[in-house]
Amino acid sequence: MIDLTGADLIGSITILVLSIFLGFELISKVPPTLHTPLMSGANAISGITIVGALLVANVELDTGHDVVAAALGFVALVIATINCVGGFMVTGRMLEMFKSRKDD
Amino acid sequence: MEWMRHASDLGYLVAAALFVFGLKNLGSPRTAVRGNQLGAVGMLVAVLVTLLRMGVGEGFIGAPLIVGGLAVGAAIGALMARRVQMTSMPEMVALLNGFGGAASALVALSGLVSFDLAHWTTLDPAGHGAVPIEPAWSVFLVAAGASSIVGWATFTGSVVAMMKLYGTFRRNLAFPGINVVKVALLVVGVAFGYEIWASGPGTVSVVGIVVSASVLGILFVAPIGGADMPVVISFLNSLSGVAAATTGFVVDNTALIISGSLVGAAGLILTAIMCKAMNRPFIDVMFKAYGAPSGGAAPGEKRTVRGYEAEEAALVFDGARSVIIVPGYGMAVSQSQHVVREFAEALERLGADVKFAIHPVAGRMPGHMNVLLAEANLPYEQLVELDDINPYFSECDVCLVVGANDTINPAARTDPTGPLGGMPILDVEKARTVIIVKRSLSPGYAGVDNDLFYRPSTMMLFGDGKAKLTELLAALKEL
Repeated sequence: MIDLTGADLIGSITILVLSIFLGFELISKVPPTLHTPLMSGANAISGITIVGALLVANVELDTGHDVVAAALGFVALVIATINCVGGFMVTGRMLEMFKSRKDD
Repeated sequence: MEWMRHASDLGYLVAAALFVFGLKNLGSPRTAVRGNQLGAVGMLVAVLVTLLRMGVGEGFIGAPLIVGGLAVGAAIGALMARRVQMTSMPEMVALLNGFGGAASALVALSGLVSFDLAHWTTLDPAGHGAVPIEPAWSVFLVAAGASSIVGWATFTGSVVAMMKLYGTFRRNLAFPGINVVKVALLVVGVAFGYEIWASGPGTVSVVGIVVSASVLGILFVAPIGGADMPVVISFLNSLSGVAAATTGFVVDNTALIISGSLVGAAGLILTAIMCKAMNRPFIDVMFKAYGAPSGGAAPGEKRTVRGYEAEEAALVFDGARSVIIVPGYGMAVSQSQHVVREFAEALERLGADVKFAIHPVAGRMPGHMNVLLAEANLPYEQLVELDDINPYFSECDVCLVVGANDTINPAARTDPTGPLGGMPILDVEKARTVIIVKRSLSPGYAGVDNDLFYRPSTMMLFGDGKAKLTELLAALKEL
């Protein structure tokens, strides 16, 4: 599971730094109307940790230590899923209101 | 399964690209709906790729946990998203944000707890524990420490923020030297992180890092209040991205690294945009307790104010050519956005020009008022932003304020050193008549008395926003 040495680590750090720059450039002038939906949508995307939760929850329950780790992974999976599903749905609900008004 | 790893990394790249387009599209009114959908599709891709990778790789050995976790989480998430009132959106966003931080921290904690598992210690020739730490474990341990600090602080901070928005945690807790304590907690957290890296995760160091980070999160948000809340939530949103990115190093996963840092950076920019809208430096928001006493208006001075009846106020609207409505948090609390819209329509039928003045931080979230008024089906063109509406107040006959206070308080100009000092405000005081619907004279979130309430050109209508506006509407129709 862990293979972060040498070239791999440098690669990951490169990805990290470039993504940070990309994130800075993505958001420039956003009308205040969209501040809340944007925040809420970005929040849902940070629920990507659901992938990490899936990875740590995928363990067989046998030894004592495993149970604790798996339980933590399970809780992480539940709340990460709440974050994703709830986040995107709430954002959609907010935006739906702007949309329905335009159709009038 | 080297090929599967590469294939899944390509899948994550697709997900990351969808997130990039999603975030970009969320920033523009025309494309926002699609942006949100792209983000959701990206998340689905990331989850499916992960499941596929696990199925081909080690297999779904934890299938019950995984299926159960996804199902329970999706059900709760969907239920919460459906049930939540539009007025409670800020609390909801804060809570979900806390969940994101906690999930990242729990993944790291799960990794730390299972660190000395048999299949991991095979790397260690001695076969016991984590004594000689290999470079790969160093990265893992450092990342797990960082993720713990950021993730737990994000979680507790978001929960405190949610409670503050909800009203159960109203006091802006602050004590002398709180900033020193915050820095000390951070240092302690980092020290436990070092301990985890140097001698492997032990009970003391793991519990220590969780506790110090959690207390740090509480103390970080506790002194902050009022108009600074949106900024804090945006910053916490950025932190939840950082937590996800560091967790990406814990589980060695590019999807987390890319998406987490995207959100972290984008959230930081959004935070800066909000600070600018309030004319408050970020450092002040973070480290100066909101509403700290500042001398200001003489506190001993007792002023009285007369409350008016809805009928009297309705007369003022008779013959008004131009009306500006200023909504605030009070409109959200009393859920009066629909009555406000009906009232505006009634005024228009009487021949008045009605505009809404939207302060960038009105309510408890940027865009909070826009969301509520959109729910009430108000046309977009009628909502005017601060800089565009301010010149019109001097020409306006009546300005109707519904539950706004700090955003119209002239103290922002007259008392530059006060808690509101320097914040741009709506020039409500320039209107010929100001009618303020408010529950009481109590100061706003900032704790500053509002001189506007006592002026001769102001009529105060005391009561619940919805009730008062319904009365006002009825009185207007009888004219």
